[in-house]
Amino acid sequence: MKHEDKHISSYSSLAIVLAVLLFLTAFSVWITGFHFGAFTVAVALIIACVKVATVLINFMHLKFENLFLKLLVTGVFVMFTLVIILTFVDYYFR
Amino acid sequence: MSISGSETQVSYLDYQGKHKGIWSWLLSTDHKRIGLLYLYAIIVFFFVAAFLGLLMRIELIAPGRTIMEPQTYNGLFTIHGIIMIFVIVIPGLAAVFGNFFLPILIGARDVAFPKLNLFSWYLYMIGAILGVLSQFIGGGAPDTGWTFYVPYSVESSTNVIYALTAAFILGFSSILTGLNFIVTIHRMRAPGMGWMRMPLFPWALYATAWIQVLATPIVGITLLMVIAERVLNIGFFDPALGGDPVLFQHLFWIYSHPAVYIMILPAMGIVTEIFPTFSQKPVFGYGAIVLSSLAIAFVGYFVWGHHMFTSGMSYNARWFFSFLTFIVAVPSAIKVFNWISTMYGGSIDLKPPLLYAISFIFLFMIGGFTGLVLGSLATNVHTHDTAFVVAHFHYIIFGGMGFAFFAAIHYWAPKMFGRMYNFRVANIAWVLNFTGFNLLYFPLFIVGLQGMPRRSYDYLPQFQSGHVLSTVGAFILIAGLLLMVYNLVRGARKGEVAPANPWKGVTLEWKIPSPPPHENFDDIPVITSKPYLFGNNSDNK
Repeated sequence: MKHEDKHISSYSSLAIVLAVLLFLTAFSVWITGFHFGAFTVAVALIIACVKVATVLINFMHLKFENLFLKLLVTGVFVMFTLVIILTFVDYYFR
Repeated sequence: MSISGSETQVSYLDYQGKHKGIWSWLLSTDHKRIGLLYLYAIIVFFFVAAFLGLLMRIELIAPGRTIMEPQTYNGLFTIHGIIMIFVIVIPGLAAVFGNFFLPILIGARDVAFPKLNLFSWYLYMIGAILGVLSQFIGGGAPDTGWTFYVPYSVESSTNVIYALTAAFILGFSSILTGLNFIVTIHRMRAPGMGWMRMPLFPWALYATAWIQVLATPIVGITLLMVIAERVLNIGFFDPALGGDPVLFQHLFWIYSHPAVYIMILPAMGIVTEIFPTFSQKPVFGYGAIVLSSLAIAFVGYFVWGHHMFTSGMSYNARWFFSFLTFIVAVPSAIKVFNWISTMYGGSIDLKPPLLYAISFIFLFMIGGFTGLVLGSLATNVHTHDTAFVVAHFHYIIFGGMGFAFFAAIHYWAPKMFGRMYNFRVANIAWVLNFTGFNLLYFPLFIVGLQGMPRRSYDYLPQFQSGHVLSTVGAFILIAGLLLMVYNLVRGARKGEVAPANPWKGVTLEWKIPSPPPHENFDDIPVITSKPYLFGNNSDNK
């Protein structure tokens, strides 16, 4: 972890992140009115992933961490994506 | 490396903190005391579950009713599985030996979050006690098997909710322990201990901890979904409610197959510590062992479908999961090659820890090869849900994790308790354990191939000889286990005082007194070389 003084985020940037999260929540509700067929779950998961990434980067201070930790967290996202794809391979080819 | 001043502290066993007596244990945040709390709890629960297993073996000594009714048998194999898997095998090595030795091996005074560590133990105890109680209270012992397959787990009138809640709470404990270990390894390694200077048991714990943190929440949510389905009639998995039972199997095995690696990776880490010490030789292929640990953790995440080949999964998914299952055998084989090569040309000292470590390789290899039979599509269809699976599973879990646990306790007991045990009695117990284990489980391969179904209360007379042998093996194994525990307990209480380094080991735990001081090190050591540097082995520098 780097120096403590670099961990202070301004109120304005935190407010912007909050607004983005609220917008994405409303967006995820609004988009349920559209039918994407086989991609319905994928669309919902993509929006959820963007929200999670926003929280991780800003509220959980991932942006202050070193490249190694950022790569580890990215790796977790990649792994979960592969798990979900593998599960859906079964569904769509069953 | 330099270790200084650790002799000036009192041992963690004699340390008097804020609390006295039993409270100095129940409220201790010392990683070593918490490790022992896990050890004592695991020993108690192990003998409870082993006793249930012995009752099952007595029931199966002859076809038809022997000592219990079929529904009692269903409850026994369910609770035996739940306790063994969720209470003993998954937390076992990491919670006991990881807690005790991880900080010491990386040159730290404690884990990153000591209070969270104690909280994990309390969660563990609540979950474990709830799991055992589910056998005795309310609507009868759960009868779903430890896998909780729907739709039966939704429909069964037994205490399934208690068992599901117990597994959920135990999962929380596992996640918190994993999180603690990841942060400890990232943040608290001694100065100079780069990643490639870290001993291999911490590496194994690191790979394990990632699985604990990433996979356990999936099963936690899944178990909650089953509870929601039972209580609120939400149709997640039950076809009668519009759900998909195969989805449950996916979600369950997405966790529960990596859980096998939660069990086996620390076991591999432990024997990797033992082989160099008892060969007095650097570990062969340090980098390959590190990479294979990470590869097992990563690839092991994507092979869960091999539990579902006969569940109605799509053909494309089946061959893909079968292919990946064969891939995961590669890093496991790399490790075996490295362990054998570590011993090759070494000064081998066949003490009890090495006997158990060599047994681990033998039993794990049998479990691994028979796993390939189950990972192959065609042979899986024949052997699925037979006693062959039971035998394979126990060779991996008990032969692997169990014998590694025995290896670890014989290796580190002098350090943990500051006293030696009797080698002769330990060797006799090993003979009983090894013989009893093989006699108990090997016949199940044979009767399984002949068609004996698993989880079956009754069977055709043609399977009886195999079952009789197996039950005799169970009694021999129990005798060996009791003798082993007696010897270790007697050693810990009345054995000869152990020197700081009875095995001529070279990792950090052998450079501090036995038992370790309260805070391990007065001054945090500075690491200047790779681990496993024996004598004049300049090639390891």
